[in-house]
Amino acid sequence: MSVHCKQDAPDERNVLDSTKQGVLGEPLERPEGLLKVTGTATYAAEFDAESCLEGVLVTLPVVRGTITSIDRESVLQMPGVVAVITDERLTGRAAQGMAGEAPFQPAQQVCYWGQPVALVVAESFEEARDAAKHLSVECNADEGDAPLDPDTVEAEQRKPTKNGDLAHAMTQAAHSVDATFTTDGHASAAMEPHAAMAQWDGQSLTVHASLQMLKFNRAELADSLNLKEKQVRLIAPYVGGGFGSKLGISQETVGASLAAMKLGKPVRVVMSRQQVFQTIMRRSETTQRVRLAADSEGRLTGFGHEARVSNLPGEEFAEPVLQSSQFLYGGDNRLLQLEVARIHRMTAGSVRAPGEAVGVQTVEQAMDMLAEKAGIDPVELRLRNIPERHPAKDKPYSSRKLAECLREGASAFGWKDGPRKPRHTREGEWWIGSGVASAARIHAVVEAKARVTLRPDGTALVETDMTDIGTGTYAILGQVAGEMLGLSLDDVEVRLGDTDMPPGSGSGGSFGASSCGSAVFLACEGLRDTLAEKLGIEASDLSLKDGFALWENEKKSIAEVLDGKAIEEIGHFEPGKSTEDYAVASFGAFFAEVAVNHWTGETRVRRMTGAFGFGRVLNARTARSQCLGGMTWCIGNALTESLLFDPTDGHLANCDLAEYHVPVHRDVPDLEVVLLEERDAAASPIQAKGVGELGLCGGAGAIANAIYDACGARVFAYPMTPDRVLAAMPDK
Amino acid sequence: MPITINDTPHDLPDDPRVSLLDFLRSHAGLTGTKKGCDHGQCGACTVLVNGVRINSCLSLAVTHDGDEVTTIEGLGSPVSPSEMQQAFLRHDGFQCGYCTPGQICSATAMLKEIAAGWPSDATDDLEASPKLTGEEIRERMSGNLCRCGAYANIVAAIRDVAGENA
Repeated sequence: MSVHCKQDAPDERNVLDSTKQGVLGEPLERPEGLLKVTGTATYAAEFDAESCLEGVLVTLPVVRGTITSIDRESVLQMPGVVAVITDERLTGRAAQGMAGEAPFQPAQQVCYWGQPVALVVAESFEEARDAAKHLSVECNADEGDAPLDPDTVEAEQRKPTKNGDLAHAMTQAAHSVDATFTTDGHASAAMEPHAAMAQWDGQSLTVHASLQMLKFNRAELADSLNLKEKQVRLIAPYVGGGFGSKLGISQETVGASLAAMKLGKPVRVVMSRQQVFQTIMRRSETTQRVRLAADSEGRLTGFGHEARVSNLPGEEFAEPVLQSSQFLYGGDNRLLQLEVARIHRMTAGSVRAPGEAVGVQTVEQAMDMLAEKAGIDPVELRLRNIPERHPAKDKPYSSRKLAECLREGASAFGWKDGPRKPRHTREGEWWIGSGVASAARIHAVVEAKARVTLRPDGTALVETDMTDIGTGTYAILGQVAGEMLGLSLDDVEVRLGDTDMPPGSGSGGSFGASSCGSAVFLACEGLRDTLAEKLGIEASDLSLKDGFALWENEKKSIAEVLDGKAIEEIGHFEPGKSTEDYAVASFGAFFAEVAVNHWTGETRVRRMTGAFGFGRVLNARTARSQCLGGMTWCIGNALTESLLFDPTDGHLANCDLAEYHVPVHRDVPDLEVVLLEERDAAASPIQAKGVGELGLCGGAGAIANAIYDACGARVFAYPMTPDRVLAAMPDK
Repeated sequence: MPITINDTPHDLPDDPRVSLLDFLRSHAGLTGTKKGCDHGQCGACTVLVNGVRINSCLSLAVTHDGDEVTTIEGLGSPVSPSEMQQAFLRHDGFQCGYCTPGQICSATAMLKEIAAGWPSDATDDLEASPKLTGEEIRERMSGNLCRCGAYANIVAAIRDVAGENA
């Protein structure tokens, strides 16, 4: 049976507040945790298959061109080599998130430096790697006028948001800011490299892969291979991080599948770290102009945010830099304009919190500049500019904890309010300062299904093809089911990551928990109805707790009610008008304290507080960890992370983890997280929003503002590396 | 002499190109040790060789004739996890779990290095015994990357195991 809900109106029932188990929101340990800490959780490349062959992708150091010949014989005689795959179905790029169709084919048409063009398969990894290096590939290169620099090409304009007259508002403003910022490109750099192990039985394909959104990935892979979706099964119970890089299928999954289909044997393909950097989605670099016009009390009369991003020709995705600028602050005169430059770097796509991860911090720096000009405390300035209704669309906010986050975050951090002047504190060579920024991230929900079975022994089984990429899906889906069915987490088994199970939303855009959580919730509502029916009572009179059904003064174990027969429901959640009628988003506030070295310009983050409101908290432990992760990314975003492209030949110069600097242990101080509970009835039937990305949306701005407060250096380029800080450091 | 992995002897591979990491994962069937970069840059492949932590991707298997290797599977199992493994679980010192075996192997060996008096970049007085401060732990764990950003919880887990000294 199936319970369907298309949510066209807010769900104010708050059913999960009237249930009795008390397991939802609790900071419980991850049920799969023991497997992860003992190295027994099995990731894509680790499934055992007899006589599995190993494939290594061959990439080409050419920015643009067409393959004219591949000399298979150049490697087929090498020890262990079994095949060279040059099939026209090989894909040249990764699929964008939720594409549901084949990404760019054929791979033989090269569009960026390092594009995979063939696959060498051998009996061992070492043999395949060696042969891949020796494969002779002829290419008709067409590099001469292939644009590499986003600032040198004419960009395509996207549809702007225009209200009033921003230019006029700027001239009339008591205080104004007009600043241009740049942010460098980012890599997801998930710790598990992209990997796939494919098996073909002549009719159907089974692929263990490292992917975030199996429902879409199955369609993408089937389309790439000219197979029917039902011929493709994807399995991904554990995914070693995604951050957007595994939203769509990539070349290793298609390559392994084609090789397995051709050879009739299992084939494993794991990208090298360099290949992951060179060929998987990058976050576009951005150039952003932010204009703020304010009256004498610092209230915004004008708000402008324009951004230039880049992507390959033919790619629809454009880093949605302005996403939260649409609704974070007021200002009647508005101009928001995004433009896309077409250049030949690897595909730009989603990297954790696309848009806000680079779009909020620049606005937050501009707000800091405005606060200084207006002589208003930066926290107070933000509080004054929280709009009553969506400033461009004039619709109400569903729920919003921005003011509370700013106030409670300030209190937890020990924010000293009042007028601010840089260089107030020095400890030896180090200037000490603090900064604040708001956090904002759009809310999304996606169609999702989940099956929940109450087994004859009274325990429950939750099944969906949803993934857990470290986000805590195993825990929270178990907790939603446990709460609804009156079971402890120990009595709920959660199975994920297999397309044989009902299709969930997939992990992406912070929508997994609210979308799949709602599907589980709906299935459990159906099961509660069935239990009530079996007992001959109204569902509203039924309570479930600790494995027992309770009504009036009666009590019966769930197993007894089931009487030896399992019952199951499929919950089917679909987004409806509720998220269109309201401005629905997650909000928060960041506070950072930094030390900046007067002589070297080095910045050390000394402590950081984040306060966040994202609807119902489903598991306080995993939610906090998501926030910690986001705040850690803020540190890399602010100080170290930068994709560096060679201006002459277009290759990515820092394509590994030694040269692309993600934060390490010593970069990350004690981080404090304040979770503000709320119920967002419009967001989802479980009143939850997303948290996976919010912690990254704006925090780099708090660090930038802290650098200014510490040493007086206003840095307009991210990351704020020592050379950039030093160049902006005032003499006195 | 064969190589001993988690108290079990194994014959070394014929192919001298096989790294210790690939030997563990592909030949010995011990996939708990992870490959994150294959270049000694991320620490996901950290194992203990004769009690000392190394990046197993930077070492050829055939050079470990007679060595005793301990992997994450040798530290503890789901049935009897080690103290450090339990602490990671308790403090949510991981998210996706992929860097986790390396973090745990590294942390286990790192505490012994501090106890043995090895200094680090964070040690103020090179003559004195290093103190188990947060900064010492962070410095010594900086070879183990975690992209999920679980560092704060990992440090908490390590401090928990180190007890009153931390």
